[in-house]
Amino acid sequence: MWQWLVRLYHRLGSPKWFYELTGKWIIWLALLSGVGMLVGVVMGLLFAPADYQQGDSFRIIYIHVPAAIIAQSGYMIMAVSGAIFLIWRMKMAAWVARAVAPLGASFCLIALFTGAIWGKPTWGTWWVWDARLTSMLILLFLYFGVMALQRAIESEDASHKAGAILSLVGLVNIPIIKYSVDWWNTLHQPATLKLTERPPMHPDMLIPLLIMIVATYLLFALLVILRTRNEILWHERKRSWIQELPEVAARIKGGQR
Amino acid sequence: MHPQRKKRLQLILFMVVAIGAAVGLLMYSLSENVNLFQTPTQIANGEVPVGRTIRAGGLVVVGSLKRDDTGLAVTFQVTDGAATVPIHYEGILPDLFREGQGIVALGKLDESGTLQASEVLAKHDEKYMPPEVKHALDQAHEDGKAAMQNPASSN
Repeated sequence: MWQWLVRLYHRLGSPKWFYELTGKWIIWLALLSGVGMLVGVVMGLLFAPADYQQGDSFRIIYIHVPAAIIAQSGYMIMAVSGAIFLIWRMKMAAWVARAVAPLGASFCLIALFTGAIWGKPTWGTWWVWDARLTSMLILLFLYFGVMALQRAIESEDASHKAGAILSLVGLVNIPIIKYSVDWWNTLHQPATLKLTERPPMHPDMLIPLLIMIVATYLLFALLVILRTRNEILWHERKRSWIQELPEVAARIKGGQR
Repeated sequence: MHPQRKKRLQLILFMVVAIGAAVGLLMYSLSENVNLFQTPTQIANGEVPVGRTIRAGGLVVVGSLKRDDTGLAVTFQVTDGAATVPIHYEGILPDLFREGQGIVALGKLDESGTLQASEVLAKHDEKYMPPEVKHALDQAHEDGKAAMQNPASSN
């Protein structure tokens, strides 16, 4: 098992191997996440019952919660990739970190935005400076900081290192976001979905939410893979294996670069 | 593992742990300031200065809501189970405001100990269910209570 993991790790470090492997995944990820989202949205908006307290306005949960989960998972992926780059100097890891950053920031923005829309009819306000909302806003700023650093320095290597270090520093914010609602008095309610307990949510409402979470994860994986492939194409553009790719060769032949 | 890589790994782990500890201590010392609101117990214990803008949070006491006949003014009491604080507010209450519901009110304590609120926000809990289920649960709860009180008649 360990041997297998080490081999997988070494292979993942090869841009060519990654490019060829993920090329076959794109269509499946797109199909599965598309179908999943369609099913999740239709079930969530049309078939799930209205909430006893919040009526129909709770339905924004089907975007809000998946986006917030992905924003945090994305940050962790970015930080771990940064650590791998710092320790093993694997350039693929740096490219993945760079691919993840703007995507994570987008999902974080979606979570904050849908949260504000949800807050107005239920709490009576768009925004409040409680621990959960503030730590989520800090997450967005951390993403912006990492994105800036990843491109700030002339030397690409130094730029990646700076971005990786900031993303590792900001990792401390992730448990703060998760436990903010338990540690402090907040306006935001405690977590509904917990690994250890049965969620206090009716199954007719819960199943579409779980479908949406899985579908959003698949979408995120698809987008990260597409962006990483772009990084590979750009950085390896002078290598022969890129120029021999059918899609690239056709363009070179046609005079397009 | 290559000794240089091992060193870098240790350095990164040390950095993450050290930052975690530093931020943890910072948050611990700030914890009172990070709280969005004060509980009625804290207010009753005099931990909150009179005349300063604060937030008070708790559950609206059932039966305590009184509406002004002419205007938008309302008074109600908020409790955390141990203490209660009276709140006076003039304005539109959020849709989720009702007796028994959690709320957070922004305002100043006056000399009589009433919070003169300028904003009232409603909290909602992490439970989601359709109204029929809620109704059935409440009904079962009532039935259970009735059965506890007169066990003879329930059989």
